[in-house]
Formats: sequence, C-alpha cells, structure tokens
Amino acid sequence: MGFLDINNATKAYGSVEVLHKVDISVEEGEFLVLVGPSGCGKSTLLNMIAGLEEITTGEIAIKGETMNGVHPSKRNIAMVFQSYALYPNMTVGQNITFGLEMHGTPKAERDRAMNEVAEMLQITQLLNRKPGQLSGGQRQRVAMGRALVRNPDVFLFDEPLSNLDAKLRVDMRTEIKKLHQNLGTTIVYVTHDQIEAMTLSTRIAVMNGGYVQQLGTPKEIYDTPANIFVASFMGSPSMNLLSAKIRVEGDRAMADITQGEGTVSLAMTNAGPRLKTYDGQTITLGIRPESITDPDGADRHSQHIETIQARIDVTEPAGSDTFVTTTLGGKDCIARMRADADVRAGQTVDLAINMEKAIPFDPKTENRIA
Amino acid sequence: MTATSQAPVARAQGPRPDFRTRLQEWIPKLVLSPSVALIFVFVYGFILFTLYLSFTDSRILPSYGWVGFENYDKLFRLSHWTISVTNLAIFASLYIVICTLVGLFLAIFLDQKIKGEGFIRPIYLYPMALSFIVTGTAWKWLLDPGIGLENTMHLWGWTSFQFDWIKNRDYAIYTVVLAAVWQSSGFTMAMFLAGLRGIDNEILKAAQMDGASNWQLYRRIIIPQLRPAFLSAFVILSHLAIKSYDLVIALTGGGPGRATELPATFMYSYTFTRNQMGIGASSAVIMLMTIAAIMVPYLYAELKERK
Amino acid sequence: MSVASSDSAVRMSRFTRTLIYLFLLLFALFYLLPLFVMVVNSLKPLSEITGGNMMALPQVWTIEPWLAAWSTAQIGVEPTGLRPYFWNSIKMVVPAVAISTILGALNGYVLTKWSFRGDKILYGLMLFACFIPFQMVLIPMARVLGVTGLAGSTPGLILVHVVYGIGFSTLYFRNYYAAFPTELVRAAQIDGAGFFRIFWRIMLPSSGPIIVVCVIWQFTNIWNDFLFGASFADFDSQPMTVALNNLVQSSTGVKEYNVHFAGAILAALPTLLVYIVAGRYFVRGLMAGSVKG
Repeated sequence: MGFLDINNATKAYGSVEVLHKVDISVEEGEFLVLVGPSGCGKSTLLNMIAGLEEITTGEIAIKGETMNGVHPSKRNIAMVFQSYALYPNMTVGQNITFGLEMHGTPKAERDRAMNEVAEMLQITQLLNRKPGQLSGGQRQRVAMGRALVRNPDVFLFDEPLSNLDAKLRVDMRTEIKKLHQNLGTTIVYVTHDQIEAMTLSTRIAVMNGGYVQQLGTPKEIYDTPANIFVASFMGSPSMNLLSAKIRVEGDRAMADITQGEGTVSLAMTNAGPRLKTYDGQTITLGIRPESITDPDGADRHSQHIETIQARIDVTEPAGSDTFVTTTLGGKDCIARMRADADVRAGQTVDLAINMEKAIPFDPKTENRIA
Repeated sequence: MTATSQAPVARAQGPRPDFRTRLQEWIPKLVLSPSVALIFVFVYGFILFTLYLSFTDSRILPSYGWVGFENYDKLFRLSHWTISVTNLAIFASLYIVICTLVGLFLAIFLDQKIKGEGFIRPIYLYPMALSFIVTGTAWKWLLDPGIGLENTMHLWGWTSFQFDWIKNRDYAIYTVVLAAVWQSSGFTMAMFLAGLRGIDNEILKAAQMDGASNWQLYRRIIIPQLRPAFLSAFVILSHLAIKSYDLVIALTGGGPGRATELPATFMYSYTFTRNQMGIGASSAVIMLMTIAAIMVPYLYAELKERK
Repeated sequence: MSVASSDSAVRMSRFTRTLIYLFLLLFALFYLLPLFVMVVNSLKPLSEITGGNMMALPQVWTIEPWLAAWSTAQIGVEPTGLRPYFWNSIKMVVPAVAISTILGALNGYVLTKWSFRGDKILYGLMLFACFIPFQMVLIPMARVLGVTGLAGSTPGLILVHVVYGIGFSTLYFRNYYAAFPTELVRAAQIDGAGFFRIFWRIMLPSSGPIIVVCVIWQFTNIWNDFLFGASFADFDSQPMTVALNNLVQSSTGVKEYNVHFAGAILAALPTLLVYIVAGRYFVRGLMAGSVKG
C-alpha cells in the first residue's frame, strides 16, 4: 500500500466509460506525471483524486484511508489549476489564505503561514495586489502559494505551465522541480507536454484512450516503451517507425529494410529471444532520431553500430543539432547530426545507426517484442 | 469554456459519503426550486388552465361546462377577430420589415467612421426606454390633424398638406406601425451595429483585394454574415408585435371603429368587458401558439448551440 | 463588440459621405421630434397649443402644467395628479426588481456551476416563459390574486412582476456565469467553501456589471408595464402608466394637452434618467434579450 492509492478506478458518463481500471500506487515524496494527448483521461483522473468528479467504480485512498465520497476540502489536498483560478476580487494575500480561513484557522496563524509561503516563493511584495495586476509568472507563483500554505498531503497540478510563454515555462519548470526537491512533497502532475513529463517526474504514467499505457520511470518509458503509442508520444522529434522484415540467420535476427531499389540489412543484437519467432514476418522497427547520426557523432559506448548509405532529402539546422530527413523502408526517417555536420539535400552520406537502441514492435498488437 | 460542466462536487457514492457532501448536493436544487415552482404554476399551470377554459362555456366567470371546439368555431366567425388578425398581419409584417431595414441602414451608415457617433446613437435608442403608453400619447397628438403635424404644415403655409391617417379607417393601422417603428428601430440598429463590429476586418480587406466594390462588399460579404442578427431581430420583433397591446390602447384605443384592433386588445375586451371568457381564452391560445411556433425552434437551436 | 470594425476597409466619395450624414441627421430628427414636441408644449399655456403651432417655442413659459400633472390633475374621479401613482409605481418596482434579480442570480449560479441532469430543460422552460403572450395568464392570474386576497394590492403586482421577470434575470446571470471560470469554483471547493460561501465570496463580487444590466432591464420593464397594472390594480396600487392613460383618455372636460404632456414626461422620466445615466448597460440588456449574450 502506498501513500496515494488508485485501485481499479473507472469513470463512466452514462454508459460511456472514459477511464478504464486505473491502478496506480504513489509513494510518499514521489512526483507522478500523468501525460497523454487531450482527451486521454488524465485530467479526469486528477479531478477524481481531488474529489471534483465522482469515481464510478474502484477506490482512491490517501494514507490508507478511502476518499470515495469525501468532500474535496476534507481530503487534505491542494490543487494548482491550468488557469490558476485566482479569485479576481481578492488580493494575493487573501487568495493564499482563503482556504485556511474556510477551515477556521485563526488570523494570526494565517498571516504567519502566508508570510512564510510568500517569502519562499518571493512574492511578498505582491501580497496586496489583485490577480489582475500580475504577470503570468507571478500568478503561477501565487497559485502555488495558495496550494503550499495548506501543507497538504498531496499536491495536484493540472497543466499549470500551459498558459505561460516558452521561456517562462522552462523557468517555472525548474522552480517546481526545486520546490519538490526541497519540500519532498507528494505530487501528481498532469501535462500533455512530454518534455515536462520527462524532466519533472520520478515516475510517468502515459495515458491514451482512457488506459494507462505504461507506468514507469522516465528512463524506462523512454528506453523501453511498452508499445508504439508510448514510443511515438515520448521524444521529440518522435521515434522513426520503419517497416522491417525479420530474417533469422544462425543465432542472429536480421531486419531487412527497403531503401530505394535495394534493401539494407541490420542485425538486431539487442532484441529479446522472442524476435526470432517472427522469422519471415514484417515488424515495425523503432529507432529514435538521436540513434541515427553521422559516423563521427555516433555513440562511442555503443557495442553495435551499423553504417548505411542514404540520400538526404531535407536538412533542418536547429542550432544545437542538424536534423536530416532521408527515406528508409518507404517512409521519411529523421536522423540527428552534429550541428556542423556538412550535409546538403541531395547528397548521399554515411549514417551510423546505433542498433543497441533499436526497438522492435509487433505491427498488429503494437506492443514491444520483448 | 464549455457551458455544460459536470457538477464540480463529488457525488455521494461509494462506501461512506460524508454529510456535507450529501447536503451540498441538495442545496443547489433547493435554491432553484422556488423559481421553478413559480414558473411551473404561474406560467405552465396557467397556460393549461387557460387552454382548458378555451374549451368551456365560461362567460363572466370561469365555468367548467365542456363545449369542445365551439369557442374556436365562434372565434373564427367573428368579424371582430378576423379584423384583428388581418390588422396584426399588416402591422407585424410592416413593423418587422421596416424596423429591420431602418435598423440595418442606420447601422451600416453609422459604421462608416461617423463623427459624433457617440452623440447620435443614444438619440436613436432612447425611445426603447419609454413606455408604449408614453409613445402612444406623444404620437397620438403629433398625428392629430387638428393640432399635430397637419396643422403645423398648414400654419407654415403648406395648406394642401393632408395627414389624417389616425382618423381614417383605412390608414389608422399604419400610424400604429409608424409609432412602433419609432420606438423599436433603434434597437434593431444596435443589434446590427454589434454584428457589424464583430466582423473580421481582414475578411473585408481580402474582399477588397479581390476587387469587390462597396456595394458588392456589403451585399456579398457583410450582410450574409449578419444572419444571426437578422434572426434575432426577427424573433424579438415578431414576439413584440404579437404581444402589442399598450401602444394601441394609448394611440388609437383600437379605433376608429375596429380599424386598429389587434388580437391582444380583442382578448382583453372579450374577456373582461364583453364577458365572453371562453372566446377570450381561445384567442389567447391562438396567440400563444403563434409565438411558440416562432420561439420554440429558435430557443431550441440557441440552447443546443451552447452545448 | 470587438475592436475590429468594418469601416476602415470601406472607402467612399465625399458626396456619398455627405448623403450618409444627411440620412443619419434626418433620422435623428425623426427620433427627437416627439420628445421635442412634448417638452415644448408642456411648457405652454393651453391657449397657445389649441390656437398655435406645436413646433413653436412657448411665448409665455410656464411650469403650471407640470405642477397640475403632478398634484392636481383629474385622474379617474379624483383630482390627485400623478403623485400617488408615482409612489405606487416606486413601491411596486423596487421590491419586484430586487427579488427577481436575487432569484435570477441564484438561478444562474446553480444552472452554470452546479449543473445536474435535466437543468437544460428547466432553463429552456424558464426562458420560454419570457416570451409567452401575457394574455394567456390574465384569467387564472386574476383568479389566483382574488383567492389569495392579493387582488388590487401592491404585493399582488410585485408577485406578478417577479414571476414574469425571473426568466429574463435568470437568462442574464446564466449567460454571465457561463463565461465565469468553473475552475474558480473548484478551487474554492478545495479551499473548503460551500455553496453559499462560494456565491457570496467568489461569484457576487465579480457580478457588478450583470447586476446593473439586470436591474436596469427589470426596472424599465416593470416601470413601463401597462397590461398587468391595468388588469390587477386599483387606486391604491395603480402604477404610473395606467394613471397616465386615464389622464390622457379622460373624456370629461377640456383636454388639457399641456398637462398630458407634462404627465407623459413625468411617467417617462425615471426610465429616461436610467437610460441617460447608464445607457451602455441599457443597450447591453436589450441585446442580451435577444438570447445571444
């Protein structure tokens, strides 16, 4: 039993089930990120933890106590909303202490808590302003202050950074991470941004279509995605998914990929034993862009690099890297090269593929072939 | 934001919903209930009651002898009623068309970066703030040939000027139209102006790049985009027209003769002065059905859209 | 209204512009004419009206007609002037506006932030109630007021106006609160505030504009009502509009036109004043009456 337990929770509107048997156990001090495209059920799940939406079946428990039917204000949780949801008619200070006031905390204690939180978030000078007078980043801080002051068991964040511009988003991301490290609080955080999920979390639940597709640490999710959805949702640019035909050659499995008129054969060294049962069948081979590089930029620690020749269709210099597009297995395939790699569209160049990182998927079930 | 949010509170469900949650679930419905009760009794209950009366032999007081469609039968044979309905048809169609045209042109012209728009607009709109009784009183006098406009023109030397419509059976109904248009056309102007101001300027610039003339710009691009304003104006004006009562009472009292009787005045006089409650009720039912035929589809579409 | 305006894209000749100005000016005169005539003639002695030109300014300025209309003119059988009826109207309008606005605010709050199965249908029924021809309810209303002993009394009229005002006030608040972020309500719930506390502390402090719109609309409508006043009121409760009509339509004696005009302006004054002071909100109220908020 964990600190926050979601046991077989489902959610249905009438006969339509939008969340199917979600089972997640969060330990104290964990930073769980629920990530997925819009409509995947992540916000619904968060609202269910908050008590803002009912659970259809199953149970949600905090510190071993069931929360089903318990009013949101009695769950000892705090929530930071996407729009920040600051009360427009109250000052920053009143916003922060409203919850304490509702719970009957004496004025002196409220003020003390408010000042402490304001200092921690460096918003002391804003306490007498109204939310309308604040910038986006300041509102974000106030919203966090309102959550912190309650000293809750669990913090819930509902896409808190999506209303900020790109630069501020990165700053606030760091700030939230620092806060988590300093306070050691338990956080459940919803986002559709896979970079936020990777950078912030201790564990990620990737959701799609009302199902948890995979639950694991950021590294697990990134390196061993459970299925094609997780593989392509996490990572930017997203993973190349190529059609490949498996041919067993002795104790090795080879993946044949069409390229132009011919075929390239890549040895699948890092695949599990099950791959051999796919002899003669077509699979989907996933290779991340950073695993296809110019030979100079290839990972020196990799045990297995294959080099192929490929014609460059498009180059996209991005400053820190240069992304190039070639055609492999009949599809566009993106490779990531060093920034100063000398490539031009139309050229044929050597590409080094780090086969240690290549992941085979069953094209029908879309699951990883382990 | 979507208007239909789930009730934000967790509903009592699962092992042990606490008392507060259960209470919170009931309070909203309790708060809404007095209004709902009032509406159900005083609007829908009354509608049913009047509907029932229209099938009874009620005279000076409600009575419950069932006579079937007799009242409706009588109603449509009364020349008084036929005249009222004909008058309403003339009045409503002219009122709606003229208000819409005047409102549309005023709005389009006002939208040409007019100096003093802020000064002119309130002048167009203030009649809407007045009671129909006041409007009727004022126009009754203006239109009176003895002391009003006709007299003024004569005094100013235009002695052949004649404008006695209000005393003329054939033309009196048009004076009602005139006073009603005076009162409401500013309102349609405001609706169209809001519609015009909501049109994306870039579309207009694009149309000009395509070589549209001013006339084409309005006819092909702008006016078609005012469809919602036209629809709202039509619905509001038609329901005002069918309910028109005060204006006729103050302006002409239904006369001369029955020249300006409308269903609303007909209903009142049959029910309360001629003691023919059954017939009065049946005329009210016809009015309600006419309004419902316009309002129900409109409201249905509006509410559905908001979903 | 958006800032974008169509006019900057339209160019036209000087001649056309002059025509437009003429057209607009002509209509301005049309709208102003009755008011001008009423004001001018209410300040003339009667002899100047019957023998003279209604467009001419008074030769002898007098406020006699105003005083007469206010306190001595014959209305019905009593020479009371409009004064008692003015107070009847006030006594009816103030409570009716207050009650229907409060109910509308609560209804709008429930219908947007605490929605439940079937709320849309209830709202639709309330909205339709705004548009019914009141002839449909006159007979049963007269019965109910008679049975409850409210007939001919101010409380009876207040009840009538509240009942038929709820639809519009609910419409206003519902449309306004629909655009009010639901996340704020959720945040307040997590903070531990209940139904009424959220309404009082979060919703109401942000409702200023819509309260003004609703109050103006209800005030104008109820003040200007004639049908209910004529049907359900007696001397102690008759509103201004009914009294004005009695004054103007009285068939006995000489028609004192100047007094009629003074009376008409007196009856129109409160709503005109509201319009002048808060015209912006008045227009917004009218527009919301066409359902689209």
